Amino acid sequence: MLAITILVILLLSAAAGSFNNSWASISSAAVSSCTDAVQLGIFLAGSMALWCGLMRVAESSGLTARVSALLSPVIRLIFGRLDDDAKKAVSLNLTADLLGLGNAATPTGIAAVRALQKSSRPRRNTAVLTVLNTASIQLVPVTISALREANGSVSPFEIMPAVLLTSAAAAAVGCITASLLYSGAD
Amino acid sequence: MRVTDMIVPLIIMLILLHGILKKTDVTEDFTKGAAEGLRTAAGLVPMLVLMLTAVGMFTSSGAADMLSALISPAAEKLGFPQECVPLVLIRPISGSGALAAVSRLFERIHPDSFEGRVASVLMASTETTFYTIAVYSAALHKKAGGRVLISAAAADITGFVLSALTVRLLFR
Repeated sequence: MLAITILVILLLSAAAGSFNNSWASISSAAVSSCTDAVQLGIFLAGSMALWCGLMRVAESSGLTARVSALLSPVIRLIFGRLDDDAKKAVSLNLTADLLGLGNAATPTGIAAVRALQKSSRPRRNTAVLTVLNTASIQLVPVTISALREANGSVSPFEIMPAVLLTSAAAAAVGCITASLLYSGAD
Repeated sequence: MRVTDMIVPLIIMLILLHGILKKTDVTEDFTKGAAEGLRTAAGLVPMLVLMLTAVGMFTSSGAADMLSALISPAAEKLGFPQECVPLVLIRPISGSGALAAVSRLFERIHPDSFEGRVASVLMASTETTFYTIAVYSAALHKKAGGRVLISAAAADITGFVLSALTVRLLFR
């Protein structure tokens, strides 16, 4: 999938290069982008280290469990009745999403979909959890704020309310669509 | 003073304070977690090299501008900035590709401009949809159903349209 995407991107670039006669700038981009990538990685490494460190502190002091407990009514509203294991796995996953952990949230998501297989509506619940994750409701948009900061933003986190509003609406639309499509599937 | 400028420092203080009050080894936990974060970031770099090279070639060939021009009439009707169109196309497919596209975008457009803010909101409030679906269905050893894709696409489209709308509403 990814290899094909890259191939399509490169073929389109070649076509545009021939059309615009921009081969010189394509070739300079081709040899200089790798350095930019490493630089980008360094920017991200800082904020990822900070937030993964904080998450670990929150986890072992029991703060994550508290946030999960706060999420419990929301989870009941979305998924209905779940057994304790599934509820815990789902709330951990949603907490990781809220903290904007991105890639680091993936293992919690996998644990959550596995736990949901034993729930009363496994197919519907799996779909809803997947959609919730693709809509990525975030309280702290860590990655993009680091990138904004690196590019001279005066207030890197000013986008937080807009992000929360947008992703909550997207998640709601996704959940409702999934609920409708999977009604009677289990 | 903005509330959004306070949230992050407050969250950091709350997490550390909670750890200290609960008498856990805060520094030990933090450094362990941070080391893991560094490893995650380092693991991301090889993929970023590949994606940034592809996106860099795509942008500098003029293909990104041509593609944006093609889609911009429809995007304009939704009040969506033309500059962010390539980002919409790559966002559901590749996370590092989208990251590469935003970082290229920020070289031309200031992150605090309208377009810059829309790009930021869009990045933060949508995910690598296809990747997420693939990972979860692989974890269950099942093929992803079409209905999951439709639901996720509905969420994504809502996110794209609303990112421009919320920026318009919340920043004046």
